[in-house]
Amino acid sequence: MTTMATTISVNGTSVTRQVEPRTNLVDFLRGELGLTGTHVGCEHGVCGACTVLMDGATVRGCLILAVQASGRDVLTIEGLSEPGHRITKALQEAFVLRNALQCGFCTPGILVTATELLTQDPAPSRELIREAISGHYCRCTGYHAIVDAVQQAADVLAATQGPA
Amino acid sequence: MKPAPFDYVRAESVHHAVRLLAENKDGARIIAGGQSLMTAMNFRMSSPALLVDIGELEHLRDITLTADARLRIGALTRHADLDASPDIAAHTPLLRKAIRHVAHTAIRNRGTFGGSLSHADPASELPACVMALDATIHIVGPDGDRVVPARHFFTGVHETALGAGEVLVAVELDVIKADEVSGFGEFARRQGDYAMVGLAAHGRIAAGLLTAVDLAFFAVGSTPILARRAAAALVDPATPDPAQRLQRAREALSLDLDPPDDPQSSAAMRMELARVLLGRVVGDMLARGAGA
Ligand SMILES: Cc1cc2nc3c(=O)[nH]c(=O)nc-3n(C[C@H](O)[C@H](O)[C@H](O)COP(=O)(O)OP(=O)(O)OC[C@H]3O[C@@H](n4cnc5c(N)ncnc54)[C@H](O)[C@@H]3O)c2cc1C
Ligand code: FES
Ligand code: FES
Repeated sequence: MTTMATTISVNGTSVTRQVEPRTNLVDFLRGELGLTGTHVGCEHGVCGACTVLMDGATVRGCLILAVQASGRDVLTIEGLSEPGHRITKALQEAFVLRNALQCGFCTPGILVTATELLTQDPAPSRELIREAISGHYCRCTGYHAIVDAVQQAADVLAATQGPA
Repeated sequence: MKPAPFDYVRAESVHHAVRLLAENKDGARIIAGGQSLMTAMNFRMSSPALLVDIGELEHLRDITLTADARLRIGALTRHADLDASPDIAAHTPLLRKAIRHVAHTAIRNRGTFGGSLSHADPASELPACVMALDATIHIVGPDGDRVVPARHFFTGVHETALGAGEVLVAVELDVIKADEVSGFGEFARRQGDYAMVGLAAHGRIAAGLLTAVDLAFFAVGSTPILARRAAAALVDPATPDPAQRLQRAREALSLDLDPPDDPQSSAAMRMELARVLLGRVVGDMLARGAGA
């Protein structure tokens, strides 16, 4: 079995592990690093549970190999939950207030996608929010509460930031 | 599921990739964005012994205007790049219209133009666009470089003119002219899903009428299909009324297309959706007028 030395910056810390090329990024995060906040569902790109940020853009952790992420910056829900990530924090609070999660399986992935959305567009329409989360399956909430929560987080962020 | 074990090499140049493919014959596979290949490997529908990763060849991600006023789009241009590039929006708005229908943001952040064309899924958007635009596909292989017209590139379901060991490096197309217009539409079950029926169109307008048009339908056969009879009806000088032209074009469509039945949608439903789409896309092109 060949393995390759793979160095990835994960949540701001550079980590090196010897991995098989077939190890995908989400298994690297969960298995090698114990970062189990990123979930694994379908393993073919449709459910969105494994979504993380790589170099600031969302990617599917199940469709990218750890060796491909070598040399890149990866942010997971654990990193985004650290102080300083005000968008993610506002989203997390809004998800609680709006009952936008039940079992929570889909939640980390949706929070990562919503963080990317509000970073690029601080005041998205409901249609845009729906389009952004269309790459995520939630089997519990029926999505409306998630759209409400993302919109509420955007409103709260706009209010706390004051007029531009 | 997890993929079967394989070896992995990051190619340092296109020629390095071509050499690795030649040395490893049947066992090697290119990986670009991995957004189709990884799904196939996770299902073990594909189990290459060696993955040749071209994803780090940044120069294949350039979008440039050539000396002869064509747009050259590198094979590694991501779907998200097509969406964000001002050159794409200005010079080939069809790609801009189409790309938002491809998958979801996280997949568009990784998936590549070249990967989508090489993968040649019959229901995917970009192959139809390059056919409508009469683009050329630029290929590097063990025997040197060659250029294949997009209209001869797609040969079957997931089958193309690419030979084993060849790498698609770029797509070239004419920039849109002042009297041209393009249109795009598709029916999909959910936002981001592959299409049930789709249409990429590009044409020329004079005095509120189409004077030339190419209609590339997708998800209606094993490759995108140019609907030539419908296109002829749309530009027929003997029919001055645009509504009548459209009516004739809708009728002619049954001669151009013979969509398959599948559990998702019947042939009859696909045919009806293709007719509806033709009306919507052509209506939109005429309403917007030239230049977009
Ligand atoms: C959930 C989901 C939904 C999707 N929805 C859509 C959709 O609606 N429409 C759509 O069009 N696509 C869709 N896709 C597919 C996506 O667009 C892929 O990005 C694209 O099909 C392949 O591009 P890639 O760069 O990821 O290629 P890869 O997966 O890396 O490669 C695909 C194939 O092409 C070959 N290849 C790649 N690049 C080259 C090259 N330069 N030269 C020669 N061979 C090459 C590979 O060997 C492989 O066989 C979806 C994917 C997922 C996971
Ligand atoms: S596990 Fe990656 S998208 Fe479902
Ligand atoms: S909260 Fe259970 S899947 Fe979304």
